[in-house]
Amino acid sequence: MPLDKKEIENIAWLARLTIADRAIAGYTKDLADILALVEQMQSVDTTAIEPLAHPLEIDTQLRPDEVKEEDQRDSFQNIAPLTEDGYYIVPKFIE
Amino acid sequence: MHEYTLMELSRLLREREVSSVELVNAFLHRAEQFNDGLNCFISLFPEHALERARAADGLIAAGEAGPLTGLPVAHKDIFCTAGFKTSCASKMLDNFIAPYNATATERIDAAGSVMIGKTNMDEFAMGSSSETSFYGPVRNPWDTDRVPGGSSGGSACAVSARLVPAATATDTGGSIRQPAALCGVTGLKPTYGRVSRYGMIAYASSLDQGGPITQTAQDAAMLLSAMSGYDRRDATSADVKVDNYLDALNKEIKGLKIGLPREYFSAELERPITDALDGALKLFEQAGASIVDIELPHTELSIPVYYVIASAECSSNLSRYDGVRFGHRCTDPGDIMDLFCRSRSEGFGNEVKRRIMTGTYVLSAGYYDAYYLKAQRLRRLLRDEFRAALEQVDVIVTPTTPTAAFPLGSRLDDPVAMYLSDIYTVSVNLAGLPAISIPAGFSHGLPVGMQIIGNYFREAALLNVAHQYQQMTDWHKRMPGGRQ
Repeated sequence: MPLDKKEIENIAWLARLTIADRAIAGYTKDLADILALVEQMQSVDTTAIEPLAHPLEIDTQLRPDEVKEEDQRDSFQNIAPLTEDGYYIVPKFIE
Repeated sequence: MHEYTLMELSRLLREREVSSVELVNAFLHRAEQFNDGLNCFISLFPEHALERARAADGLIAAGEAGPLTGLPVAHKDIFCTAGFKTSCASKMLDNFIAPYNATATERIDAAGSVMIGKTNMDEFAMGSSSETSFYGPVRNPWDTDRVPGGSSGGSACAVSARLVPAATATDTGGSIRQPAALCGVTGLKPTYGRVSRYGMIAYASSLDQGGPITQTAQDAAMLLSAMSGYDRRDATSADVKVDNYLDALNKEIKGLKIGLPREYFSAELERPITDALDGALKLFEQAGASIVDIELPHTELSIPVYYVIASAECSSNLSRYDGVRFGHRCTDPGDIMDLFCRSRSEGFGNEVKRRIMTGTYVLSAGYYDAYYLKAQRLRRLLRDEFRAALEQVDVIVTPTTPTAAFPLGSRLDDPVAMYLSDIYTVSVNLAGLPAISIPAGFSHGLPVGMQIIGNYFREAALLNVAHQYQQMTDWHKRMPGGRQ
């Protein structure tokens, strides 16, 4: 079931991607091909099978709530695109 | 010197036949000489490597050498290396200098190895050909018009061309084993949880696993010993004892039960690959192993199940690249959404965007049950089939890939055709099992790989079988020549 232009644009928006108009046809075809491949999954009745999220089914590991890491803000902000006084700078988005 | 294995080089260093500085210089020289043609390295660090080599020579002289002291290695550019560029072959991280170390590479480093460079790969490890790199495609040293496989194509290529004796790699759906097969080298994907994922840039977190690419199973045992083990910084790291992999290599394989899944020997399989596997099975039988037919009836579904789960996890993992804290940022963003959308659209390549889009779609409202939950149910079915098979046999032998290396560009515009080349490898990741690919012959002059799959945390058994095979054959000693 091929997706239309509006659906492709909606997925792109959810994924925070901008897709140029000339690229829409390519994505429509690729996603249709991938979804056709994925459709094979429907050939097996899985109602009696529990979903498996993780191969090892291990329990969540807990640890004491203690501060162990050092403050590395300067080192992390060294690789940031834009900072000021220890803050990450982005365009204003709160009115 | 480049033709020696890691184990042989280790002996030469300890016997002072060669110094680490000489060794590192020799490999750096080869890497610089051949990288223009092969494009298997994104970065080389000659100054850092020589400094480490000098320190290694000091440790060797003082009798304080560790298991890997002075040995050159390369790391896939997906492992964070503090102070060094870690790009994941993406424009998004072209400017990223990692502020910390991945556990796996840090442990190899602590064992004394010398990092000479970081290897090229598919962007964010998404691909089976190493063509989606922001830095251009890697070439296969056996035929430079063909792909080396992917996503760890740079690591496989560099080891195959003997530009480095061993390299690290990662495997989400075959990304260690498939390039190892296509380049004629040995590649081991450990059990999920065996090697820490801390600092290994995430693609699909329930599938990703780091491991070694080497010339031999013995070398893989050396590197895996250093990489493995529990790490509290990775919540999915397994707190399971690490076996002595080197000690396990020499066990006889008499009495070993080898499972053969008929589903893996379909019509699409290249004839010389079937012949190579037949030859290998005969050798195993001569050594006293028995071959048992097993069934893995839903193998075909592993491709769609894998692409739903991997894409879903990728769309979530890659949401962190937003142009705010690190990585690529677009110029003059008009507002916050423009900053996010344009930074991501400029920073990611086509295949990464395709998988983010697929993953976003299968997780979106109204489709979650039909795609994501369905895939997770089938994942349990596929895993249980492996579990049942591994109750009957010790290991499972299959081809690693349905074809030998394919021509550059031949599958790049057809994502589904590219995905299908992973048919023999992806189910192993879904199940979380360990598997190794070793050279087993040639198809029209190109290397062919044999995959050996084992039970959970039985890497020692896999390495043992692979090592015994390598004692009976010399496929792993063949080096690419001619066109390089």
